[in-house]
Order: sequence, then structure tokens, then C-alpha cells
Amino acid sequence: MNPLTALLLRDMRIAVRVGGSALIGVLFFVVVVTLTPFAVGPDLALLKRIGPAILWLGALLASLLALDRLFASDHEDGSLDLILTGRAPLELVIAAKGLAHWLTTAVPLIIAAPLIGLLLDVEAPAQSGLVLTLLVGTPALTFIGIIGAAIAVSLRRGGLLLAIIVLPLTVPVLIFGVAAANAAVTGPAPFGTPFTVLCALTLASVVVGPFAAAAALRLDIE
Amino acid sequence: MHLRAADLACRRGGREVFAGVDFAVGAGEALAVTGRNGAGKSSLLRLVAGYIRPAGGRLWLDGGDPELSIAEQAHYLGHQDAVKPSLSVAENLRFWVAFLGGGASKVEDVLESIGLGGIAALPAAYLSAGQRRRLSIARLVAVKRPIWLLDEPASTLDAAGSDRLAGFMQSHLADGGLIVAATHGALGLNSIQELSLDRSDHIRAAQAHPAAEASS
Repeated sequence: MNPLTALLLRDMRIAVRVGGSALIGVLFFVVVVTLTPFAVGPDLALLKRIGPAILWLGALLASLLALDRLFASDHEDGSLDLILTGRAPLELVIAAKGLAHWLTTAVPLIIAAPLIGLLLDVEAPAQSGLVLTLLVGTPALTFIGIIGAAIAVSLRRGGLLLAIIVLPLTVPVLIFGVAAANAAVTGPAPFGTPFTVLCALTLASVVVGPFAAAAALRLDIE
Repeated sequence: MHLRAADLACRRGGREVFAGVDFAVGAGEALAVTGRNGAGKSSLLRLVAGYIRPAGGRLWLDGGDPELSIAEQAHYLGHQDAVKPSLSVAENLRFWVAFLGGGASKVEDVLESIGLGGIAALPAAYLSAGQRRRLSIARLVAVKRPIWLLDEPASTLDAAGSDRLAGFMQSHLADGGLIVAATHGALGLNSIQELSLDRSDHIRAAQAHPAAEASS
């Protein structure tokens, strides 16, 4: 088996086992979004207007939730040392770990989004647009987040630092993701423009993220 | 194949750990790195594995694969066992075999030879410290790599486990591998060179406090 496939499968297997991060992320997302109608009240017009923003915020926080363990758990048990003695380039190793994280935390959340979108009065025709923005935008959140995860790897309470480093960097993704989702749900602004920028942000972060994270990890390990 | 170091120096946290270390280990040879706590045994191994950059001196491999770094031809067995508690014993080993590449022998056979055959399907969370160490050693046997860097390899093993480890090390040396091991105790090998990291420190300490050497 290819080393990267093996790593991808291992990380996914750990995520879906007991104590893994997959279920926690999607449950957190569902809870945050479900609480919103209770906090805002039964104003359907208002809920519809803020719905995409709430879904996106929920997705952002949920994908950040498990990210601090991405390298830290491998660092603590010595796996990271051994991964570095592997023959696969560190950048690709990080990309594989990022992909595993996205598949186990973001994908369940994207599947749950249409269902709990109903709570925010996001109806069926608009849902496909909303789901599409999450599908295209969440890889950017993961691959920006892995930079912070790599920087915070050797810190005992890295989670907080991770949030401080990563959240400002995700602002552009949030702006264009919500803009595209709003266009799909309420209109009348065009969907295409923010959606294209969102695609560009994702592509750029998938390229830059692994390189930046690899550089940070090499420094950290020393 | 020869692993050589010349005038190697290491600094950690602004403090000099060791300096002026020379050694040469050839195929079929083992080097035991000894010294008091804090002498830099682990640092030397991590330096050879490429995790730490040397503060001075040179480290190189004669006759290895020129396409690969020293780390990529080495097994590093550190204090941590790199065992994931939520995966089973066999899954843990199978992952490392696939990731490190080049595993020829069957995972089940290797687990049998290290004495974990009966619990291959058990989640690794239930292993004792000694069993985790055995699982970690199984990696060295399952994936062929010429250089073994062992940091206190027998620290949590029972007598039977240490014997098996000694057997694996003997056959690794017989196959033309080389071993660098940091250790306090005997490794159970017939011929072994020793590299003491205390020596340079002793000289320095003796100069500063003439009584220090007598008491240490």
C-alpha cells in the first residue's frame, strides 16, 4: 500500500473510533446551529437572513475543534518522529493528514447541513447552493488550520493559540463563503462571483497550507 | 556501509550538551552510547536521526543509498512507542509497515516472533508498557532498514523480552545492519563498541572542581 494512503486510512480509522474527532465535530455543529433559533426567537425572516452565516460559523468552529490534535497527538506518542523517517515528502504527508481531517470532520457536517438548515428556514431549492459553498469552502478552513496546528504542535495548551492564529486567516473564506451562501438563499446578488473567489481561496490554501505546515513542523520537532 | 561522525557537537536550549564526538560504526557492528543522565545520549541518537541539527562537526554515511537521507535508512526507537490506543495491535504494525515501506515478512509472523501473536486483534489501549515496547520493536523486524537507532530499547522489557530483542539485534548485525544504542545496561550482544559521552565532561569538571571526578 502507498504510504500516503496508509496514513489517510489510519487517520480516518482513528477519527471514527471511540474518542475520535469525527462525531464530536458534527455534533458540535448541530448543537450550535440548533441553539440559534432558540436564542433569536421564532422570527423566520430574520433566521433566513442570518441562516447561512450561522451555518458557516458553525462549520468554521467545528472544523477547528479537532484540529489542534491533528499533529499534537502524533507528536506526543512519538509517531511524528517516525513519520519523519518515512520516505514520503513531509508536505504530502501533511496534505494526506489534512485530507483525512476534512473527510472525517467536514464531510459529515456538510451532509448534516441541509437537515439542520431547515431550522433556519433554508428551503430545499436554496439548500443545494448552500451545501455547494460548504463543500468548496471547508477544505480552505482545514488547510489554513493545519498551518496553525503545525505551529502549535509542541505546546501543551495549543488549542487556544491555534484559534488565535487561524481564525483571522479564515476571515476571507468566511466572507466569500457567506456571501455566496447568502446569494443562494436570499438573493438577489449574483452567486457566481463570491463562489469563484471561494474556489480560488480553497485552491490557494490547499497548495500553501502543506508547505507552510511542513516548515513549521521541521522547526517544532527540533 | 559505515556511519561516521567527526567532531560532532550538539547544543540544546543554548547549553552545550556534548562536543568533539567521533565514532565510526560499520556494517555488522554495534555502538553502545553510554553516559550519565543528561550526557546527551538521546540527543546524539536524535541528531543521527536528523531531528536535531548538529551545532558543529560532520555526520555521514559511507556506502548507503545515495538517494536517501540517513533518517530514511534508519529505524528510530525512542522513549515513546508510537502506538495508537484506538487501533488494534495488528493495525498499528500494519500501518507502520505500509508507511515506512518495504515490509517483506507477514505482520502476523512478526507479531508471533515478538510474543504478541495471541493478542493481534486487541486494541492497543489495553497493552502494558512492556507490550507496547514489544509492538514498537516489531516495527524494526517487519521493515528492513540497515541502521537501528535504539534509545534505551530494553527499558520496559521483561527478561524474556530482552532476550528476544538481543536475538533480533544479533540477526540484524548478521545481516549486515548496524546499531547505535543508548543504554545504561548490557544489551546482550557479543561484540560491541562503547562511546562514553561522559569523558569530555569529566575532563572539564575535573578542571573546574578537582574533587568532582572522585565523587561521580
